[in-house]
Parts: sequence; C-alpha cells; structure tokens
Amino acid sequence: MVKLRCDGVEMVVAEGTSVAAALLGAGVSRFRSSVTGEPRGPLCGMGVCMECRVTIDGVGHRLACQTPCRAGMEVMTT
Amino acid sequence: MKFDVVILGAGPAGLAAARAAGRRSASVALVDDNVTAGGQIWRGAPRIAVPAGVRFFPQTRVFDLRPGFTLLTESHGAMEASRLILATGARELFLPFPGWTAPGVFGAGGLQALVKSGLPVAGKRVMVAGSGPLLLAVAAALRTAGARVVGIAEQAPLGRIVPFLAKYPAKLPQAFALRARLVGVPYWTGTWPVRFAEGMVTLSGGRTVSVDYLACGFGLVPNTEAAQLLGCRLDDGFVAVDSRQETSVAGVYCAGEPTGIGGLDKALEDGERAGAAATGQAVNPSRGAFVRDLAAAFHLDPRLFDLAEPSTVVCRCEDVSCAALRPYREWREAKLMTRCGMGPCQGRICGPITNCLLGWSAESVRRPLVPVAAEILLKDVFEP
Amino acid sequence: MTPSPDVMIVGAGIVGAACAYELARAGARVEVIDSGLPGGGATAAGMGHLVVLDDNEAELTLTKYSVGLWHSLAKELPAAAEFWGCGTVWVAADEVEMAGARAKLSVYRQHGLAAELLDERQLYEAEPNLRAGLAGGLLVNGDAMVYAPVATRFLLEQSKAKVTRAAVTSLDDLKAGAVVCATGAMAPALVPGLRVRPRKGYLAITDRYPGFARHPLVELGYLQSAHGDSNESVAFNVQPRPTGQLLIGSSRQYEDATASLLEPMLERAFAYMPGLRACSVIRTWTGFRASTPDKLPMIGRLRDRVYLATGHEGLGVTTSLGTAKILAALILGYAPPIPAWPYRVERFDG
Ligand SMILES: Cc1cc2nc3c(=O)[nH]c(=O)nc-3n(C[C@H](O)[C@H](O)[C@H](O)COP(=O)(O)OP(=O)(O)OC[C@H]3O[C@@H](n4cnc5c(N)ncnc54)[C@H](O)[C@@H]3O)c2cc1C
Ligand SMILES: Cc1cc2nc3c(=O)[nH]c(=O)nc-3n(C[C@H](O)[C@H](O)[C@H](O)COP(=O)(O)OP(=O)(O)OC[C@H]3O[C@@H](n4cnc5c(N)ncnc54)[C@H](O)[C@@H]3O)c2cc1C
Ligand code: FES
Repeated sequence: MVKLRCDGVEMVVAEGTSVAAALLGAGVSRFRSSVTGEPRGPLCGMGVCMECRVTIDGVGHRLACQTPCRAGMEVMTT
Repeated sequence: MKFDVVILGAGPAGLAAARAAGRRSASVALVDDNVTAGGQIWRGAPRIAVPAGVRFFPQTRVFDLRPGFTLLTESHGAMEASRLILATGARELFLPFPGWTAPGVFGAGGLQALVKSGLPVAGKRVMVAGSGPLLLAVAAALRTAGARVVGIAEQAPLGRIVPFLAKYPAKLPQAFALRARLVGVPYWTGTWPVRFAEGMVTLSGGRTVSVDYLACGFGLVPNTEAAQLLGCRLDDGFVAVDSRQETSVAGVYCAGEPTGIGGLDKALEDGERAGAAATGQAVNPSRGAFVRDLAAAFHLDPRLFDLAEPSTVVCRCEDVSCAALRPYREWREAKLMTRCGMGPCQGRICGPITNCLLGWSAESVRRPLVPVAAEILLKDVFEP
Repeated sequence: MTPSPDVMIVGAGIVGAACAYELARAGARVEVIDSGLPGGGATAAGMGHLVVLDDNEAELTLTKYSVGLWHSLAKELPAAAEFWGCGTVWVAADEVEMAGARAKLSVYRQHGLAAELLDERQLYEAEPNLRAGLAGGLLVNGDAMVYAPVATRFLLEQSKAKVTRAAVTSLDDLKAGAVVCATGAMAPALVPGLRVRPRKGYLAITDRYPGFARHPLVELGYLQSAHGDSNESVAFNVQPRPTGQLLIGSSRQYEDATASLLEPMLERAFAYMPGLRACSVIRTWTGFRASTPDKLPMIGRLRDRVYLATGHEGLGVTTSLGTAKILAALILGYAPPIPAWPYRVERFDG
C-alpha cells in the first residue's frame, strides 16, 4: 500500500494505482478549474485530454492519469 | 542507442510487430508511454508477451521524431532506428452535449482505463454511452469490477448492427460472450445522451437515469500525429500505407488504428505484416473490408452534431463555446481568433469535434507531440 | 462592374491591415488581397511586443511614434486583442551591461520616454524568477504588447475594405490607382531583386504559469542579435502572455542556415530564468522576419503607382501603425508625420 496526500488529506491506495484513480476513489472529482473557473476532472484516462492536470510535489500541470502514486506524494488540485 | 527497428506503441499492433520483427532481427526496441505493455485494450495484461530479445521501454513518452530516424523520449533521451513502425493507436471521439465537461463524465475507454489503473467502481451506478463495439467491452469490464451498469446507449440503430454481425460470424462468439456478461443490462440502440446535470443523464427519447459516472465515447480517432511529424501522407484522415504497411516515407511503417479503425484482429494482422516487412520477410496481403463495414455500421447519426447549445464548451483547454466558433470558416482562423485548439491538448480533443460539427480539419502538428518540461527539449541536440 | 479601388493592398498581415485602416480613414477606397488567412503569416508567428528600440535615430523615431499610436488605438481594440501596457524590462547581466542600461536610460529620457533604472534589488522585486547575480536592469514604462492576429482583423474590419483570397503573381496587373506590396518576407517573389531576406525565428509557448514573469524580459545584448548580421544568433527574450503562458524567444538565422536554434535559444532562456526548465512547453513553431541590410523597413514608392511596405524585421507589429501613417501620406500626397526618407525604398540602389 502507498500513502499520499491530496490537498492535505491523507489517502492510502494499492501499489500501482494512478494518481487520477486515487483521487477519484477518494471522492475528489474536481481536479482543476478551467480557464473560466469551471470544475474539471479526467476525461480520456490516457494522457491526451490534459483535463486531469494537478500539482504534484510542487510541479504544476502534471497528468494525474499517467502518474503512478508514490509514497509521500503531495498532490494539489488547482 | 541505435536499433534496426523501433516500434512506437505496445498495443496489439505493436506487440504483433515486435513478435514478427523479433523473428528476424536481434535489434528491435518497443517503446510505450504506459507502465506496462498491452495498449488500450489489453492494458496491463497483454495476450502477446513482449518477445524475448526485444528491448521494451515502458513509461517512455516520445515527444519528437526526426528523419533518419531519431526518436526523442522524455525519459531516455534520443533513440535511433533504421526502420520505424508506428503503432500509435487511437483515442476516443468525444462530442459536446450540455454537461459533457462536468466531472463524472468520462470517455468510455477513459473510464475503463481509470478502472484498470486502480479506480474502485464497486457499487457505482454507471451508464455507458456513445458508439461502437467498445461500449460492450467497457460495460462488461465495469461489471466485472463490481459496477452497476444501468444501461448502454448505442447511437447506431439495431438495423445496422445486426447485418454487420451477420456478415462477420467470427465476431459473434465474442459479441455473445460479452452480452452474456451483461445479462440484465439494457442495451438501447439508436439512443444517445443529450444532457448531463447533477448526476442525471437525459437520453434522446426523454428517459432520465441517475448515475455516479457517465462513460461516453463516440468511436475512435486515429493517432496520426507522429506520422504527420515525419511527413507521412494521410488519406482521408488515416495514415496511407501500401500492402506492406509502409507509409509514403520510406522506412516508416504504420500498423493498427492509425491506418484504419478495425479493432484487435486488424491490429494484429497489420502488426505482423509491418514487423515482417520492416525486417525483410515475406508478408501476407491484408483482408481489408472490415474497416469499411465497421465504419458503416457505426456511422454517426448527424443529429449528434446538434446536441451542443450555443454556450456548450467545444475546446475544453481554452473554454471556447460553440457560439464563439460560429463566425469562422476554418480551423486555423478560429484558432487564431478564439484560441480554440491552442491549449495543452493542442486540438487533439476539439479538432475532431470541429471536424464533425463544422467540417473543419485541424491538420497542423508541431513538436513537441506531448507537452514536456522545457529542459527535456534540450536532451540530445539534433542537427538535421 | 465595380470601379477599381483607389488603393489595392497585397498582403493582409498587420502591415497591410494597418495601411488599409489608415488609407480608409483618409478617405481612400481600399481593397485588400491575400493568398491566405488575414494575419496568418509572420503576424501570427511573432510575439507582438510593442517596443521602442534605439539602435539608431530612424528606428527610435519610428518605434516611438508607433508605440504612441498603439496607446491611442488601445481603447478601441477588442478585448481579444489583449492589449497590455506592461512595459519592458531590459536585463543587465553585469556592470558592463549596467553601463549600457544607463546610456539607454539617458537616450530614452532625452526623447521624453519614461524609463527607470533598476538596481539588483529592484530587478528581483520586479522579476523574482530571474537568476541570482544579475546586475540590474532598465524598465521602459511605455512599451506594451498586443495579440497581433486579432488586431489585424480589427484594423481590416474598421477599414471596411473588401478582402479577397487570391495569390498575386504580378503587381502590375492589378487595377487600382495605387498598389501596395505588403507581403512581408515574401516580397521578393513579387519584386525580384528586392533587398529583403527571410530571417527565421523559433518560439516556444508554455502552459499557464500566472505571475511567473510580469514584464516582457529582454537581455541588453538583444540589439546585437537583432541588428548584427551574424548568420545565427539567440537572445534571452521571454514574454508573459495575458493568459499566464510564457512565450520564449528569440532566435535569428537566414534561410540558408539549417541548424535548429530552438535548443540554444532555450538554453539562453534557462541561463536567465532557471525556473523555466520545469515549465511545460505545449508548442514550438517558427516564423520569418523580413530583413533588410540596415534592418529598417522599406516604406514608399517603388515605381509608378507601385508602393512598398515591407522589411520590418522583428518590429513589424510595433511599427505597422507608423508605417501606415507614412505610406498614406506618400500615396495621398500630404506631408508625412515623421520624416520618411530613412525608410525610402531606393536607399540600397547603386
Ligand atoms: C502571441 C501568440 C501567442 C500564441 N499562443 C499560442 C498558444 O498558446 N498555443 C498555440 O498552440 N499556439 C499559439 N500561438 C501560435 C499560433 O497559433 C501558430 O502556432 C502560429 O501561427 C504559427 O504556427 P505554425 O507555424 O504552427 O502554423 P500553423 O498554425 O500550424 O499553420 C500552418 C499553416 O500552414 C499550412 N501549411 C503547412 N504546410 C503547408 C504546405 N506544405 N503547403 C501548404 N500549406 C501548408 C497549414 O495548413 C496551416 O494552415 C501563438 C501565437 C502568437 C502570435
Ligand atoms: C519569431 C518572431 C518574433 C517576432 N516578434 C515581434 C515582436 O515582438 N514585436 C514586433 O513588433 N514584431 C515582431 N515580429 C515581427 C512581426 O511579426 C512582423 O514584422 C510582422 O508581422 C510583419 O507583418 P507583415 O504584414 O509585413 O507580414 P505578414 O504577416 O507575413 O503578412 C504578409 C501577408 O502577405 C501574404 N502574401 C504573401 N505573398 C502573397 C502573394 N503573392 N499574394 C497574396 N498574398 C500574399 C501572406 O499570406 C501574408 O498574410 C516577430 C517576428 C517573428 C518571426
Ligand atoms: S484524463 Fe485525459 S490526460 Fe489524463
């Protein structure tokens, strides 16, 4: 199991879980705000649509659906 | 790193190509941006193993391709290849309807991919909608994962699906097996979502269904960008290949969905041919007609192109609405005037939509193929 | 049959559009013809920085006059033209360049342009993401930026000129009282022997990082890159877009050079702003500047009723409005608002 935090809330997921799956599984549906402020979350699940962008360990615009969870990861929705 | 053959994409086409090329050459590399081989359909559980002797590079995103051939990767720097096989697959076609941008609306394959990457869906109410054989596969996979699939809405009418299946009896066992796993799940044909709001899907015909997730995709769009960057000729939106899967650029082969949407069997045949041709082995001719028949059976109802309201967003990266695009006559004009297609997806999602709704073609591909950290662009300076 | 127009403008980039706008305002009947999308040439590829440059008196006069015209036009521009009176920060790497900044300051002040010297501390206050150890800089307050494709369309719409899509092969075949060739870097195709060379520039644009940079940033060595004649050069030039994106430039090479300057250009940018390394680049592209031997534009009569407005190098968005004022005066026969002779077409003859 892997422990990470999203917006300060701790979550524990199985090894190999993507950040997108972890967030959705924990009930986070708004990953980012669109340029006009609408809530958005993952769409394509395969790294094409860029809708799942979050900040991971301080680096912005990371694709949650393409990033496996790692222990101690800090994820921020935007 | 230099190889005889580099295969881009480790889905069925790429794996079949690797198997064929590996028979002849000891210098074959297979590159994929996912954690494991298998592509979209076998994600994580490939039914063809990466052949012994073939170097597999998972989690390796290619962001640039240069003549000659050089592949620039996000994680491994530059790779060189005497011959290149592009097996880059397809993405889903999305069509805008009011509410399609809300969290909770996914692609059909999109939700499946998320489930395979660890999203628990046990007990979730999910509707699967859109078009194509993928819907059944997705619904079955969701059910296996414990989801309550509340219905499948297929836009094609039953009258086109039945003759299609009758013509391809070999596909019937597959179809029946999927259907058997979906006992009790309504399959509405000639039906599509017209609105999503607050967890309620409204279907054409007026039915409303409450869901946790809506998984909706209207078929597939070929990933031709890598081929375009190399200058390969397209034919009606697909990469043009000869009977040996070779593109208009000598030494570049293409297999699977980018040459025509045909699913698993076609991908395997294409891959086998490409892998054989790229290593100088004899190739079997292609069979062909399935791609056309599939497209005809699941041809999109033009009413799907009128679902968006003026305020419905078309370009999700830049929030450009349907109404904002109306004054323009072509993709590039709209792009320069409204920012449609200028965001990080670079028109991968809204380009095909404007093609359906407005008849535009979004043809321009620039490096990088995917957004990458600026410093990555410096990896291995390359002089043409 | 509709009567032939007073002026036919070939090329609907920012320069052609500005000419259409100015001539129409002066009462001429104008038509425009372009083989592609209006504003889709160099105008869609450039940075749209409205900047006063002081390499020589003629450049300073034209850029200063033109930036002033942009400020007057700003109120009328649509929001999508993204006009932003952001100023420019010229970055001095060391004491030698700081001396250059001081010299620049005195030139700007002499010409009545607002500018302030920034010491090291003030530079970092203004732009915290610049690398440590720079000497300081110069903030030029009056500079601005505009999104040129939308501005081009606005100018064309205001001119009410008919815009036709067609490729022109001969200027002499066009029926009009006067013909203006405003085809940018492609001008030699219509005017054989013209001393204009395409000069390629790379650009990269990032995803949105609001606040990462606050002004267009240019290294003081930029003028050397722009005005020198070396076959290949790069300079640090980063521009924050109103969207929060970062537009990274700049490079220059003549058309016969084949090396990619994207990488050296990025390296130069990282040397000044290390944080850029981690920023996600979503697209790169190239565009062509129309470069003359002295890097000043060609504005004026070529022969008979044929006029030229090209050769604007890396400043055509800035100087489009001034160019149009001069050209309208020359065509319609009144005194130009600033001296026109430095830009005359025949200056390279003989
Ligand atoms: C201030 C500013 C900000 C920008 N911000 C962004 C941004 O955020 N995101 C972004 O994506 N872009 C951005 N751009 C870039 C812009 O959209 C285009 O990319 C730019 O116009 C130049 O791009 P290009 O060379 O890629 O041309 P494209 O826009 O790709 O157009 C090239 C055209 O040439 C045609 N063409 C190409 N080859 C041939 C051929 N052989 N024969 C005939 N026709 C051909 C194509 O059909 C196409 O119409 C920005 C531009 C500016 C000025
Ligand atoms: C990388 C880069 C960065 C830049 N940054 C800046 C900046 O920050 N600030 C600034 O002020 N300037 C900048 N510039 C310069 C500026 O973009 C150009 O000077 C300006 O856009 C030139 O405008 P134009 O109308 O002359 O040319 P173009 O915009 O190229 O227009 C010429 C038009 O003529 C048409 N045409 C050509 N031949 C024919 C024909 N035979 N028949 C019909 N039509 C024809 C073309 O289709 C085109 O639309 C930059 C340029 C580049 C390349
Ligand atoms: S969900 Fe589309 S890129 Fe991650």
